[in-house]
Amino acid sequence: MPGTVQSIERAAAVLRLLAAAPDGLGVADLGNALGLAKTTVHGILRTLHQVGFVEQDHSGAHYHLSDAFGRLGESYLDPNELRSRAINWADSLASRSGEVVRVGRLVEGKVVVVHHVFRPDDSDQDLDVGTTLPPHATALGKAVLAYDASGASRPHKLEAFTTRTITDPARLAEELAAVRARGWASEFEEHTVELASIAAPIRGLGGLVVGAVGLAGRVERICDSRLRHRADLVTMVRATAEAIARDLREDA
Amino acid sequence: MAEQYVAAVDQGTNSTRCILFDRRGRLVSVAQREHHQLFPRPGWVEHDAGEIWNNVTRVVPGAIKQIGASPAQIVAIGIANQRETSLLWDRLTGRPIGHAVTWQDTRTDRLVTELAGTEGPDRFAELCGLPLTTYFSAPRIKWMLDHTPGLRQRAERGEILFGTMESWLIWNFTGGAKGGLHATDVTNASRTMLMNIETLEWDDRLLEAFDVPRAILPEIRPSSGVFATATEVLPGVRIGAALGDQQAALFGQTCFSAGEAKCTYGTGSFLLLHTGQEIVRSKHGMLTTVAYQIGDHPASYALEGSMAVTGSLVQWFRDGLGMIHTAAEIETLARTVEDNGGAYIVPAFSGLFAPHWRSEARGVIAGLTGYITKGHLARAVLEATGFQTLEVVDAMNADSGIALTALKVDGGMTANNLLMQFLADLLDVRVVRPMVTETVSLGAAYAAGLAVGYWPDLEGLRSNWHRAGQWMPHMDPARRKTEYANWQAAVQRTFNWIRPEDQEL
Repeated sequence: MPGTVQSIERAAAVLRLLAAAPDGLGVADLGNALGLAKTTVHGILRTLHQVGFVEQDHSGAHYHLSDAFGRLGESYLDPNELRSRAINWADSLASRSGEVVRVGRLVEGKVVVVHHVFRPDDSDQDLDVGTTLPPHATALGKAVLAYDASGASRPHKLEAFTTRTITDPARLAEELAAVRARGWASEFEEHTVELASIAAPIRGLGGLVVGAVGLAGRVERICDSRLRHRADLVTMVRATAEAIARDLREDA
Repeated sequence: MAEQYVAAVDQGTNSTRCILFDRRGRLVSVAQREHHQLFPRPGWVEHDAGEIWNNVTRVVPGAIKQIGASPAQIVAIGIANQRETSLLWDRLTGRPIGHAVTWQDTRTDRLVTELAGTEGPDRFAELCGLPLTTYFSAPRIKWMLDHTPGLRQRAERGEILFGTMESWLIWNFTGGAKGGLHATDVTNASRTMLMNIETLEWDDRLLEAFDVPRAILPEIRPSSGVFATATEVLPGVRIGAALGDQQAALFGQTCFSAGEAKCTYGTGSFLLLHTGQEIVRSKHGMLTTVAYQIGDHPASYALEGSMAVTGSLVQWFRDGLGMIHTAAEIETLARTVEDNGGAYIVPAFSGLFAPHWRSEARGVIAGLTGYITKGHLARAVLEATGFQTLEVVDAMNADSGIALTALKVDGGMTANNLLMQFLADLLDVRVVRPMVTETVSLGAAYAAGLAVGYWPDLEGLRSNWHRAGQWMPHMDPARRKTEYANWQAAVQRTFNWIRPEDQEL
């Protein structure tokens, strides 16, 4: 049986002390209270700061619990922050693939479009940021649904959009297991006839899925002659998701 | 053969970045390092040029390494830079003399008033296209030479070199004290107030007026054309272009024809309208500037409207007031309310730029009532950028006689949908975002790639431009009118805040 993780125990102790100190505490205060070296405490605080559990005051000398700590069930990443981190990579994906690119996140059982890049053919297209998509019938949706552990945001009734839409919960569960196994999601005429899509999850700190990025387009462009999703597009989508994730983790 | 790339170095106000672009103008990798903002006194803003060059030596290899490429795959270097930031350095040792004095620095306030004298701030506009303000280099050079004992004599003996940041980078890329090239390009030179806007040469009348010895000035070159071959960082790679950042963005947005305009939303924001080979003199506070010059072709010109504080107002809201944690969160906060609640923020932090050019103005929050929440203030912060854009567009339409029909936008703030929609609503035109929002770097890359034959011509570059997003106007005209009137009333309240006797030398 694996042992316990010492650094998490220490982090928990730091959080307890901060919760009990309304004016916040400095690195030395915490080090003295816990009998830990300042560098150790500093490392713990930096990590807790990065994940958004603690904040620094203006002088930088004192730390206190952040508001976010009391709202752990809510998404830790602001949707507009996600867009601003994703924008360059999403543009690059659209220009490489020649297809529409969207970034989405799961909110109350729906996929909300956080960012939308036009198909780069200069045709008339409308921005659909803020609109919702059905998660079970889109690649973007499946890519976030597959990693949603709560189940609370899973759609209760699976609405059919085409004859190919997955409406059986057991089949959807299988499909989501497949998404987890290969790390990306696909969709074939499940939302709109003649369209297909590919998406991959965006993992923030600690591996938490904060949204997904994907492309959508006509079947003959998204799939090969045997109607399988094109491997080169899958690679591009996954690389884009990883690039956004790297950005999120590095600058958190 | 391995894929080839152009490396764009964007030496900006807050950071230095290297971005690699492929033949279709697509961004393939980015490396970035911030540098310190030094505030030795109120109104003074400086950069450590040594730190900046050091950052260049790290971001360029960083960007190449990121995609596992080799330096041999880089066909050219293109430089875009923060404009007007001025540096003096020692020709022999290569060391900067003090810090670079940035474009935001207002230490020359009083000097500028003195220089304007009875003839007013436009006394040199006919020669250089610019009004006398603290933003341009010439008053700053005079200040530096006057405030360092013995420096003027050394400058006259040819021991001192002046440059804006592209000159500093080119000089260091080509060996620095060991035979570096001391050069600038027409766009950067057009921001010094020392270059004649028609001849594109340093003008003796201007040099005399600002007391600047000719010996310190770099050679003026076309924006796109091989400057030299680098010996440092990327030995053997040609430096194919240098442009001021806003001109680079105009180039990156492929605004190659008269009448095309773009606005770049960053720390400050800059709207440039291409006027072809014609020099348009503004009657409404716009600047006349060189857009670019390709090799030995005639130069193209632009009208420019600059807004000093746009993105930096969001930064102030984040860092100064602590209202948000990240710049992007302002949109979330702003969406907690329906409108600005009657509050307007005019961010005249160091005076007002175009079309007012009031260096004595200081910021106000107008229309404050007990009803105002931080959500309303967040809206007012974003709307300030919209209103400032409208003022500039109005002025530009009046000068050029052509009404803008669409605005090409770029820069970090284009990720803010609320702001982009507000812009479309307020300007009553389509607002269009291109596929590559990093147009400053893209423009530097385009100009450099053009110089070395990586891209054949301007048409080839145009075909790389694609629309990534678009916002359509749908604000009620009556509301637009009221909002703008409120803003203009708020602007009036910023004037005459700093009185001449308050200023220090």
